[in-house]
Amino acid sequence: MSTRYLLSHVSPLGGDSVDMVLADGVIEAVAPAGTLTADGSDETVVVDCSSLVALPGLVDLHTHLREPGREDSETIASGTRAAAVGGFTAVHAMANTTPVQDTAGVVEQVWRIGTEAGWADVHPVGAVTVGLAGEHLAELGSMASSAAQVRVFSDDGKCVWDPVLMRRALEYVKSFDGVIAQHAQEPRLTEGAQMNEGVVSAEIGLAGWPAVAEEAIIARDVLLAEHVGSRLHVCHLSTAGSVDLIRWAKARGINVTAEVTPHHLILTDELARGYDPLFKVNPPLRTAADVEAVREGLADGTIDIVATDHAPHTREDKDCEWAAAAFGMTGLETALSVVQQTMVDTGRMTWADVARVLSTAPARIGRIDEGARPQGRPLEVGEPANVVLVDPSATRVVVPAEQATASANSPFGGHELPGVVVATFLRGRATVFEGRPVEQAEVAR
Amino acid sequence: MKHLLTTADLSRAEAIRILDTAGQMAATQSREIKKLPTLRGRTVVNLFFEDSTRTRISFETAAKRLSADVINFSAKGSSVSKGESLKDTALTLQAMGADAVVIRHQASGAPHTLANAGWVDSAVINAGDGMHQHPTQALLDAYTIRRHLTGERRDARDPASAPLLGAGTGQDLSGLHVAVVGDVLHSRVARSNVQLLTTLGARVTLVAPPTLVPVGVEAWPCDVSYDLDGVLGDGKPDAVMMLRVQRERMSSSGGGFFPSPLEYTRNYGLDARRLRLLEDHTIVMHPGPMNRGLEISAEAADSPRAVIVEQVANGVAVRMAVLYLLLAGDVTHEASDKHGASDKNGVSPKEAGQS
Repeated sequence: MSTRYLLSHVSPLGGDSVDMVLADGVIEAVAPAGTLTADGSDETVVVDCSSLVALPGLVDLHTHLREPGREDSETIASGTRAAAVGGFTAVHAMANTTPVQDTAGVVEQVWRIGTEAGWADVHPVGAVTVGLAGEHLAELGSMASSAAQVRVFSDDGKCVWDPVLMRRALEYVKSFDGVIAQHAQEPRLTEGAQMNEGVVSAEIGLAGWPAVAEEAIIARDVLLAEHVGSRLHVCHLSTAGSVDLIRWAKARGINVTAEVTPHHLILTDELARGYDPLFKVNPPLRTAADVEAVREGLADGTIDIVATDHAPHTREDKDCEWAAAAFGMTGLETALSVVQQTMVDTGRMTWADVARVLSTAPARIGRIDEGARPQGRPLEVGEPANVVLVDPSATRVVVPAEQATASANSPFGGHELPGVVVATFLRGRATVFEGRPVEQAEVAR
Repeated sequence: MKHLLTTADLSRAEAIRILDTAGQMAATQSREIKKLPTLRGRTVVNLFFEDSTRTRISFETAAKRLSADVINFSAKGSSVSKGESLKDTALTLQAMGADAVVIRHQASGAPHTLANAGWVDSAVINAGDGMHQHPTQALLDAYTIRRHLTGERRDARDPASAPLLGAGTGQDLSGLHVAVVGDVLHSRVARSNVQLLTTLGARVTLVAPPTLVPVGVEAWPCDVSYDLDGVLGDGKPDAVMMLRVQRERMSSSGGGFFPSPLEYTRNYGLDARRLRLLEDHTIVMHPGPMNRGLEISAEAADSPRAVIVEQVANGVAVRMAVLYLLLAGDVTHEASDKHGASDKNGVSPKEAGQS
């Protein structure tokens, strides 16, 4: 049936080397390095992992797969293939598709196509409001009880700005242990906004997206979550003030989690000076002080997870003047490298921390750490064989046109990043092997 | 200098060179035959995505006085209004062989994109982009300031004391104080002037209600004040530049930048009383078009201190200088010797080309 893999001398979470066997979809054995050998009679593939770190398969809580509606920029198949190349075994597909993922029918469609593609588990995110319009609650319960088993709800791209609607949403999802993932953006303060409001925007004349527009919504939402006793997740926070607010809320015992994107860990608004729309993203790139604050927040646990906000766009949506360009950048295939560069290579986090912020914590927030196809589990015998093998000592130069994603809007084109994903296993099947995606037909078998 | 995109790109020497060349160009414009052969056979495209009759006519006049062929490409009535992208418009102009593209665009950075995206080989001149820059406006303002204020102090209230045409040649604006008053937030003129005037050694004070000053202004090399009377009285500016205020800026409900036009005029308008606070030599400027009665009173606009009409004339000379330096600056010897006309007309390309 499925191939047996013997991961020889692999370093789980960067710790002591072991031998690990993946078979029949699970981690079959873990033993001291050099003690397990391939049984000559079966078809065990032995992988020399002597320079590789093993992490649980990565889980992205924030991915835009664009299908249905914008298959010219990404499809569920191409996006999940990119996810596999980046080391992910599960992604949460954001709701701003066309039609919007605001009914059981649409989320089940996305879920089924994702399952058939077989590159990574696809967990659709349900819209909070009908059509993302911010007026009426979508049928959250129906999406939760559908085959897609939706637990994360978000109007991402738009903020649930109406405080009453936000309160109702927070309350309503309690019955099925759901979570509202808020895109915190006060709409009136950001009308026409193009980039972070500050020294750079003042000079280059682009309309500003002030930090307070994010922080004001986060402050309101953590207080609402406290008041109604609900679970809140803050998407892609980007400012030092937001980190402070989350730190305060957690100290107060509020049930809030927060994410940061890879690009907010490394890029600043200085990049807007060249008016290259590759650096146009929402929330916008902030200042160096904000970058330092989110790194610190991630290191000390204030920020729970890293999520990519992978946002593919066609060339015509980026090959134009800044104001006319779409917001967003790709990230699935560079996320792990950026986290390594900014957090591991700087000594601020261990590989165990990386496993936490890119796998176990996002799986727990999305409530996919249990059930039929659990993700974000420890690398222990009997657990599902969702494993990514990383070579931290290798480097590569990012070539957007050669990435697995269907779009080329990576902000890292031409840059050398550390860390290479050598293999990704989804329940024991290699979706990526020797650094290359294993073709779909083979995966689907 | 391949393009003129922002005054931030100009060194002091480059700026002075443009102003000096403009002085030479201006000298030719008082002659009966105003046309120079310098850019004969070259094509200048005026690519205007935003209506601006004044700026387009100024560039068109400048290019024609230099004998360039001029194509006016306005977004209205062209394929642009049918949704053609900036890229395709640029590729079209490239295919037609434009030597220079003068671009006015509502999006900040569009000229930068046009110059750097690899779509065109032409020189790109920014004729105003969004809230970013309008470099030729700042150059004509600097030229006007230099002409009036670098020599011996004159009584600006006396119409008979007009300065000589080439006054200030070779000089910068050291020691001068310029007040820029009005809607700084949305103004590309203010941004361009702050950078250019300080490069040239002048001190700039921005005066505006706090709602019309951008967050981040603290990094600009200038002072900021909310008190126009204080700046005019104690600051003793040598030039006062009034910026256009758009009436619609106060209309959006809850987001208006000031309560009413009347209150704006009361606090930030240059009226007759404020005019009397000025030093004798202080000049009054406005990039136009003016809102008489809003940011500037008729007394101020029509006073002998006002150099507003002269700014328009200087705009042609400055744009001639910019076109000349971008398109002919490095081959001027050959071109002028061949035509044998430039020196006779008072332009010395040799000097301009080598300085």
